[in-house]
Amino acid sequence: MNDIVEKSLLETSRSLRERQVKVIEVVEACLDRIEKTEPKINALLHLDRESCLARAQEMDRSGPDPEKPLWGVPITIKDVLCTKDSPTTCGSKILENFRPCYEATLVKKLKDAGAIILGKNNMDEFAMGSSTENSAYKIARNPWNLDHVPGGSSGGSAAGVAAGQCFASIGTDTGGSIRQPASFCGITGLKPTYGRVSRFGLVAFGSSLDQAGPMTRSAADCALILNVISGHDPDDSTSVPRLVPDFLAALAERKDLKGLRIGLPRQYWEEGISPETMECCQSAVNLARDAGADIVEVDMPHAQFGIAAYYIICMAEASSNLARYDGVKYGFRDKSRADLLEMYRETRSQGLGEEVQRRIMMGTFVLSTGYYDAYYKKAAQIRRLIQQDYVQAFESCDLVLAPVTPSTAFKIGENIDDPLQMYLTDIFTTSLNLAGMPGMTVPVGLGKDTGLPVGIQLIAPAFEEALVLQAGQVLENALPGLGTPKGLS
Amino acid sequence: MKITREQVARIADLARLELKEEKIEKFALQFSQIIGYMDKMNSLDTTGVEPLYSPSDNTSVMREDVAGNNFRREDLLSNAPVQDGQYFIVPKIL
Repeated sequence: MNDIVEKSLLETSRSLRERQVKVIEVVEACLDRIEKTEPKINALLHLDRESCLARAQEMDRSGPDPEKPLWGVPITIKDVLCTKDSPTTCGSKILENFRPCYEATLVKKLKDAGAIILGKNNMDEFAMGSSTENSAYKIARNPWNLDHVPGGSSGGSAAGVAAGQCFASIGTDTGGSIRQPASFCGITGLKPTYGRVSRFGLVAFGSSLDQAGPMTRSAADCALILNVISGHDPDDSTSVPRLVPDFLAALAERKDLKGLRIGLPRQYWEEGISPETMECCQSAVNLARDAGADIVEVDMPHAQFGIAAYYIICMAEASSNLARYDGVKYGFRDKSRADLLEMYRETRSQGLGEEVQRRIMMGTFVLSTGYYDAYYKKAAQIRRLIQQDYVQAFESCDLVLAPVTPSTAFKIGENIDDPLQMYLTDIFTTSLNLAGMPGMTVPVGLGKDTGLPVGIQLIAPAFEEALVLQAGQVLENALPGLGTPKGLS
Repeated sequence: MKITREQVARIADLARLELKEEKIEKFALQFSQIIGYMDKMNSLDTTGVEPLYSPSDNTSVMREDVAGNNFRREDLLSNAPVQDGQYFIVPKIL
């Protein structure tokens, strides 16, 4: 990597503010990095080269604005977030030519904070997937080993950040889609509390689960981005009118884990974890203990039902949310049909990919007469029990520490023909979305067998992101770091 | 629980999707596997448990009943596959 793109977001924003480096130099360094790495990793669906260069020159002329914490910093955005007048495909053919006439609230906040949006990241179609193999455009690859997936659904975001294409990306997490790719690509990824960040302009998949959050190369960088994107938005009724702490300032308040009780959910630490993942995660537990944390065991008695309840709920919500793709208001339409119903059917069958169709149909099924109580309502009841598990666990600990995935990034093609197998890889991430609480992936090492990154997730009670970030930074400081992704050298 | 080909065809119809024969076959098999896995929920007695549909406490938010004009008609129509400057155009329904 060249010097500029190796630096952290925080460091770069400081250098830009102090005019030690020009915006144009930083933008060109990122574009250069994209040119070199993009043919290998397919992290981007859209790149705004010319307008970013023009914007950079304009910013260099006008000079730094101390009110803008991301002044001149190049970032990217998962293509599920609306960017005004520029492509927003959600990784789907049905939205191939869609140009939103409005900006997602969080995108507006990032721009207002001075960030330069280089482009939009590749993803599983409508955020449905765990590998980015469901992108209708191209398969993203893991910068640590190009034969492996970067994870998903925010796989393009994770791969791009790991490769140094940008200083941060915004991903979204419905059942692990920030935390799992962050783990697979060796970066830091935070899913905020449901309600912390506005979802206005986030194209809906599972409305009671979706949340957007930062994907970066350090906890401090996550904190800075979270400062910018958090807060109540009158355009999103689920965003919470609640004071947003200064997450970056909070990081300075804790240098160790003294006085913190960290809970290890028994059920998460015993099931089918690969030896190398277990080894890395256990060394992280030891580091937490060395840093002063009191390690306790906690019980999550309903953990085994998490995947079933999660997939029923997200599929049900998807079937409702994706009814809007009917070839009328935006996106692709099959124009060969003279009948309205036939037009709907042809448009949706041609425009939506197989996994999306599968989930819409499964969701339609669990909501249909005769099955609603047995599946959808039952899953919502289990959701209550899972949330209570977390609430009870937090009576005996301050933070929960758990693996993110049972193994490191799998090979491209390995799970794609077996949807159930693919769903089961989400075993440690989905329950957090059911409960609505915040969690962050911190990279802890490289697996000794595969040489691929292993992450661990820190989980806190609702709206305690500051605690997650603090503990994440302590662990990060105690670890040597993963180095440069090997698949790019 | 086993999902039959007839059920898959019926669901496709409800979801406004048109599936080819081989896909109906494939989905029947996959749906049976997936629903079979979901059926493990039945081993848990949830009698009396209040369903949780959203982690958010404030999903029903009131505001003043004042009309806003946030978007221009031409912008909202600009992404439509067929429109006439005033309306979205759909195939004839009558």
